[in-house]
Amino acid sequence: MNGSVVARTRGIGPGFLGGRVARRRLSHLAVHVVLLLMVAASSLPLIYMVSTSLKPNGTEYEFPIRWIPQRFAWENYRIAFQSIPTLVFLKNTLIIALVSLVGELLTASLAAYGFARLRFPGRDVLFMLMMSTLMLPFFVTMIPLFVLYRTLGWVNTLYPFTVPAFFGGGPVFIFLLRQFYLTLPPELDDAARIDGAGFFRTWWSVLLPLTRPALATVAILSLVHHWNDFTGPLILLNSEDRFTLALGIRLFRDQYRTYFNQTMAYSTMMTAPVITVFFIFQKYFIKGISMTGLTGR
Amino acid sequence: MALMDQAVTARPAQQARHGWRPRLTLRSREALAGYVSILPWMLGFVVFSVGPIAFSFVLMFMKWEIITPPQWAGLENFRRLLADPLVPKSLWNTLFYSVLAVPLNLVAALFAAVMLNVGVRGTNVYRALIYLPSQMPAVASSILWFFIFSPTYGLANGILGWLGIPPQKWLWDTDLVKPSLVLMAIWGLGNAMIIFLAGLQGIPDALYEAAMIDGAGTWRLFVHITLPMLSPSIFFNLTMGIIGSFQVFTNVFMMTSGGPGNASLMLVLYIYRNAFVFFRMGYASLLAWILFAIVLVVTAIQLRVSRMWVYYEGEVR
Repeated sequence: MNGSVVARTRGIGPGFLGGRVARRRLSHLAVHVVLLLMVAASSLPLIYMVSTSLKPNGTEYEFPIRWIPQRFAWENYRIAFQSIPTLVFLKNTLIIALVSLVGELLTASLAAYGFARLRFPGRDVLFMLMMSTLMLPFFVTMIPLFVLYRTLGWVNTLYPFTVPAFFGGGPVFIFLLRQFYLTLPPELDDAARIDGAGFFRTWWSVLLPLTRPALATVAILSLVHHWNDFTGPLILLNSEDRFTLALGIRLFRDQYRTYFNQTMAYSTMMTAPVITVFFIFQKYFIKGISMTGLTGR
Repeated sequence: MALMDQAVTARPAQQARHGWRPRLTLRSREALAGYVSILPWMLGFVVFSVGPIAFSFVLMFMKWEIITPPQWAGLENFRRLLADPLVPKSLWNTLFYSVLAVPLNLVAALFAAVMLNVGVRGTNVYRALIYLPSQMPAVASSILWFFIFSPTYGLANGILGWLGIPPQKWLWDTDLVKPSLVLMAIWGLGNAMIIFLAGLQGIPDALYEAAMIDGAGTWRLFVHITLPMLSPSIFFNLTMGIIGSFQVFTNVFMMTSGGPGNASLMLVLYIYRNAFVFFRMGYASLLAWILFAIVLVVTAIQLRVSRMWVYYEGEVR
């Protein structure tokens, strides 16, 4: 699951076409060409976005496409940032992301500990039940939840995005953490118990610190999820002072539709942090996504 | 005999000395701790999943426009459903989109994973760059692709120009709008690719070595070892892919609003409109339940059929 494993030659591949070095070199060249083409296909839209975001007003509609702007119009970013209350949106997004992160890490770890380490009647049935909520369509629960939040006076507040995080943090995160707890030797719990620690003391002081890599994975996936989240805020937030960045970018697009370059600048600004986090914590992303693949078993 | 008697009579005495701690109660204390540890999740499960599911089931039979008090409507929503031409339309659009998007996305993701798994130099960089688009905020990528598909100045027509193909109208063309969305979906193949890659890395080298000694070529290795060993990942990606594609929303909402002429009106977009634009909560709940039923049926069929083609290593049959 880490980089060094990827680098090993496995699976099918032109590596099997022949034992001779020359043959292998040639086929590796073919793989490079194929991968480069795939990288081009995945990166071209992003390059197009950044290139367009730097074009001076009016020149963004030029066709055929001019990839390098005549002049780098950095002011597009400043204008895009300032024409709507971006700082307010950023603040709301960060509140949602950070508060729910705390809730998810705490309650998902706790539930994962219970599911992985403690024996109690009905545990496996409850676990299956939890995993089955993965396929629950968002709108089946969203309509009644909208009614619930409306009754509570929570529509157009940040509560619907932070409070639920303190109730288990979702099946994917519980599953990821549970898998990690299962890899820790049971002797750890026994040793802690012999030293007189109760079940929760054992969790908090002994096991939780050891799950740090898994917590990091959950943290990264959660932050990106809340940063990108659109549908929930679209339904539940309706005044600008409560908007998140995802709603902000839509607001900008609707108000300044003709300023294609600045809209792209806004998109770039919203995407850049995700890309930065991804490159810094790539290992955790890959690990987390790889493990979600095991939820099907 | 005497010794055994002693042992039997000694036990209650020992228990008395320690209060009523030992064995059995340790287990029930563990069970108690277990329930407490999953309590937050259980509460959340009841309040945010089970409760809403039950409530939305009741809502199907209600007429409720939020501002007016809810009324029992019996089967009125069902009658409306049968008379609503946009329901079959949106179901057809969603099905059409899913049937194209899911397999193409999986095949592309598998192909990318197999190429990455060869392990050429720079694999980590290739992997990161191919994976990246899937992590882009959906609103931002929708806005980006809206411009890419612009009939007058977009990148898509730019590329067609390089290939000598006349420009297309993409999202503004009733025949091309769904394939355009599929193209965008393939671009986001990252997650499926990573799951395939993890699956590929779990296949023991020994299997390939043995097959190669028996003279199997690359293609046969792929068909007879890679695919069967990868079947759990394929199954997972297929299931999650179908569940996800039936709920496609953000890009149609942002890019086409279901147009042109409802050619990209997807089921979830139609549910959204009924619930949060027209505030027909009852009717929207009924539509949401249709979606739920489809997801359940598809998953059940897949689970059933998967027994025939998914191979779990170490599973006892």
